[in-house]
Amino acid sequence: MSTRLATGGRLLDRTRGLEFTFNGKRLRGYEGDTLASALLANGQTLVGRSFKYHRPRGIVASGAEEPNALVNLGESGRFEPNQRATTTELFQGLTATSQNHWPSLEFDVGVLNNFAARFLPAGFYYKTFMAPRAAWKHVFEPIIRRSAGLGKAPKDRDIDRYEHFHSHVDVLIIGGGIAGLQAARAAGASGAKVLLVEQTASWGGRAPVDGAEIDGQTAEDWIKNALVDLESKANVHLRSRCMGAGVYDHGYALAYERVADHTPGDGRPRHRLWRIRAKQIITATGAIERPLSFAGNDIPGVMLASAVRDYIANYGVSPGDRTVVVTNNDDAYRTAIALKAAGLVIPVILDARPEANGALVEEARDLRIRVEVGKGIAKVKGGKKVTGISICAQAGEGAALEDIACDAVAMSGGWSPVVHLWSHCGGKLVWDETNAHFKPDVDKAPTNQSGEGFVKTAGTASGAMSTGAVLQDANDAGKAAAKAAGFSAKSTAAPRVADVPEQPMAAVWSMPQGAGIKKRMKMWLDFQNDVKVSDVQLAAREGFESVEHAKRYTTLGMATDQGKLSNINGLAILSQSLNAAIPQVGTTTFRPPYTPISMGAIGGEARGELFQPVRQTSIHDWHAANGAYFEPVGQWRRPYCFRRASESVEQAVHREVKNTRQALGLLDASTLGKILVKGPDAGKFLDMLYTNMMSNLAVGKCRYGLMCNENGFLIDDGVVARIDEDVWLCHTTTGGAERIHGWMEDWLQCEWWDWKVYTANVTEQFAQIAVVGPNARKLLEKLGGMDVSKETLPFMQWANGVIGGFDARVFRISFSGELSYEIAVAASDGRAFWGALIDAGEEFGLMPYGTECLHILRAEKGFIMIGDETDGTVIPQDLGLEWAISKKKTDYLGKRAQERSHMTDPKRWKLVGLETLDGSVIPDGAYAVGQGRNANGQRITIGRITSSYFSPTLDRGIAMGLVEHGPDRMGEVIDFPTIDGTGTVIKARIVNPVFFDKAGEKQDV
Amino acid sequence: MSEPQTALQGATAQGFVTVSEDGLHGMISLRGDLNDPKLKAAVAKLTGAEVPAAGRISWKGDRGVAWMSPDELLVIGPYSSAGKDALVLSKALKGVHHLVANVSDARAVFRIEGAGFREVLAKLTPADVSMDAFGIGQIRRSRFAQVAGACWMLEEGSARVVCFRSVAGYIFGLLEHAARSGSEVGYF
Repeated sequence: MSTRLATGGRLLDRTRGLEFTFNGKRLRGYEGDTLASALLANGQTLVGRSFKYHRPRGIVASGAEEPNALVNLGESGRFEPNQRATTTELFQGLTATSQNHWPSLEFDVGVLNNFAARFLPAGFYYKTFMAPRAAWKHVFEPIIRRSAGLGKAPKDRDIDRYEHFHSHVDVLIIGGGIAGLQAARAAGASGAKVLLVEQTASWGGRAPVDGAEIDGQTAEDWIKNALVDLESKANVHLRSRCMGAGVYDHGYALAYERVADHTPGDGRPRHRLWRIRAKQIITATGAIERPLSFAGNDIPGVMLASAVRDYIANYGVSPGDRTVVVTNNDDAYRTAIALKAAGLVIPVILDARPEANGALVEEARDLRIRVEVGKGIAKVKGGKKVTGISICAQAGEGAALEDIACDAVAMSGGWSPVVHLWSHCGGKLVWDETNAHFKPDVDKAPTNQSGEGFVKTAGTASGAMSTGAVLQDANDAGKAAAKAAGFSAKSTAAPRVADVPEQPMAAVWSMPQGAGIKKRMKMWLDFQNDVKVSDVQLAAREGFESVEHAKRYTTLGMATDQGKLSNINGLAILSQSLNAAIPQVGTTTFRPPYTPISMGAIGGEARGELFQPVRQTSIHDWHAANGAYFEPVGQWRRPYCFRRASESVEQAVHREVKNTRQALGLLDASTLGKILVKGPDAGKFLDMLYTNMMSNLAVGKCRYGLMCNENGFLIDDGVVARIDEDVWLCHTTTGGAERIHGWMEDWLQCEWWDWKVYTANVTEQFAQIAVVGPNARKLLEKLGGMDVSKETLPFMQWANGVIGGFDARVFRISFSGELSYEIAVAASDGRAFWGALIDAGEEFGLMPYGTECLHILRAEKGFIMIGDETDGTVIPQDLGLEWAISKKKTDYLGKRAQERSHMTDPKRWKLVGLETLDGSVIPDGAYAVGQGRNANGQRITIGRITSSYFSPTLDRGIAMGLVEHGPDRMGEVIDFPTIDGTGTVIKARIVNPVFFDKAGEKQDV
Repeated sequence: MSEPQTALQGATAQGFVTVSEDGLHGMISLRGDLNDPKLKAAVAKLTGAEVPAAGRISWKGDRGVAWMSPDELLVIGPYSSAGKDALVLSKALKGVHHLVANVSDARAVFRIEGAGFREVLAKLTPADVSMDAFGIGQIRRSRFAQVAGACWMLEEGSARVVCFRSVAGYIFGLLEHAARSGSEVGYF
């Protein structure tokens, strides 16, 4: 059983004990522990269950590569599933529960899957759930959902906050081991701006654990001095608990800082996502040890050799009293030596190589540790924990030579450089035969906008396997990066190191090499997703030869650890099965992030109120305080209606319509787009943009215009006012202001760059208020300041003046069919002007109205609305707007397209009004059906509703729609079947779309 | 008649820096050929400040001129005279192809004051706001989280952020959140 040692633990502060709970059990650890080390210190070797077979799972690793030790962490607002115990720093009061078990971790009925393992091979899901279809929904899915899956989904809203941070540096170095530190020193010496990030809370990586003498100092001292040196440099910034998550085009990188994961509730943001622009990136990301594939290698107590010595050295935790070491390389002997030094028993070191005589091997022998060469593990015994192993010859088929009792196994299958970040943006890999791993191909780095490599690797991440080589490589990388970033590197030498010579490792992909199917079915590759050697072999036999296909078929490497341990072992098995060389089979794609990062960090501040910008007019606060029921229009919030007392929304809308028609309404129209167009060629420009003529508009007058795109489709409409000889003011729809301004600039900058026209989007400069209704003029005359009579300011004209003391521009335009003035004042005066109108309007029955009333008023008048009557496929001719299309102009945007045969087809659906025979309201979007059925057996459609309302003015349902031959069919009744399941058909008569005041007398008074 | 109002009526928030909505500024959008001598003279005459180089903002007293694009300047001055100033510019540029628009009321301006002001900016804008990339006399047109904005420095230890008036509440929320005590980054 694992336990805490009496001494040791370089990262611990033994004076500061911490309490935490695991599955409700109260446990103790120390400051400096990870959750994993604290669990092991408390003898908790069983930490979870696997995904498919629910097999017992223990801690395998000590870092980001851990596949098993995933927990539900925290409670309520801080609950988060799938948190890796090995990278979770312990804090006082931490609560964790294990995942993927039912009813309990110790006793899990799902483990029955384990006994059914022979029926759950690779591709099981694909094969089994093909048919019958209904069985998926009602039988398989509910069962799988219960039995598969890892942590629970959080139920409460996340109570923490998150943020982003942008940083621009010359050299970004990812990884704060000795390679990262040395690279930072070398790059920093040139004066380049350097950012060095390290994912853990401590600097120096593996070196202090593995032991090294650097420049005559212990690794620990050298790291301390390097940090002091780097911290003194103004051009170098160090960041711990900050993981390089992804490398992207153009030197963009993301880093994930876990600011307050270990101090929850201290008021700091929990995570900070660094968005970094770097001229050069160095990945000093180290390497990950590989497991060995032997039967029972997934039983809790089997760990990576490096992790075993990490737990001893860093946390003073022993993985067990008796630990068997099994290896194919010299490095794992360090673990045996560390165990021995800690006073623990190593029954045997099993070395798969035929001989082993390296310095570390001899040191182990000198310590009287039994070393067996050419041997391996035939199988691990035990269920929820290791109880022993059987030894076999590596060369054979696995006949047990000897049984040895032990409670832990430390395995090492060699090391794979962490090439993820190098690969994210296209860095290529080469296969290193000596070390049996992929390493970066330095000649094929990810390239930047100039076609030059912008990522370099340093240290073990480059494939350097000794401390001396690591530091030399890192020093070179630091200097090269500084140089590539435009600095002249100082000729600093790499630190001197006396390396312990190591003998070559031997590739071992299966232990023993001749293992039969029974053993191979117990050799785990992917511990989290339960993928075994036999599964990959089966996939290969079934034709999944591409590594990407085999991955998806077997789910190898698809777990939350993304195959950090299983990847190379899996593809080695695949390549053997295919009789192909490993580099020919290749790797799956490395994609960011390196390890999962929180959704909170990705969202940053964009949640709650800040989820997205909400645009508000200068009168917004008045609306909010006066019963406004808001609706989003683009990013604006506009009042849909203003509810009074106990009114429903519908009642409020109907009141507003009637009041505006009969007395006086007030609309905040500030959101309408306003674009100034000025210059000698402005008239010519607008004649191209609008379908009708704008160049001949007289100064002081207004004209309604339509804009189409090159394909002839209607994209916007609005009133244009001629302000001056060379100045026009174009009103756009609320949602169209930015889009149309961009559209104008696009044509001016890219196509008609020699036309003398300037534009400015002045939408927000003005609060624009529509004063609408029979009493409109009375109100303005009461406020006084300018002549608003019909004679001085007739319909479709505008004038500058003063109203009620406010500088104003008054437009006599109407979107309601009523006497109407749209009055623009400075936005800073908007709220005050609105207040003045409200106060003065009381005696005239003034009521503010919202967008729904606006819609009904315009629909009663048959005015079209962009987005209702148009949907990107409608041309002005469809809407009976020929009167707004100039016949005189030689060209305008869309003209040519509108002449194409499909656009002039008489069968195009055209705008008509529709009145239901029973006065009811037709559902918006309803289709009219004709005779017969189409090739798919569907009813033939002959039209559809584009706008449909109850008209309070006419006390009946009115609608507009596009109908085949519509304008030629006035008076005909057509059918609109409902889709509410009742089979009802609504009958509607085709009428003129102008339902109210057909002559337009009310607006022109 | 009441006084013109800013979008947030001078809202302030105190974190590790102070965020406050500034009063109304006179702001005039001027588009034209920035190398035209007549334009240069008109700007200099009105403001006393030079037409700035790309990415720069020049000041004389309470008037400034900011470079916005290769054919656009933002002329800054007292709010009360912006309308008149726009007419002065228009008149002076008679015969020169140009556009002058008073946009004083279309904007909101915020002050970010305190040692950590660069950090607050860097949380929201992808523009480089480090000491060597952003200082007095510079203006950056960029974005702040999801909306367009610009920032400049008038003096050491503070910056101004300008945005569209309609998103003043959003920007203030962003700045307040970014400036909250405890979220100091310790980077610049």
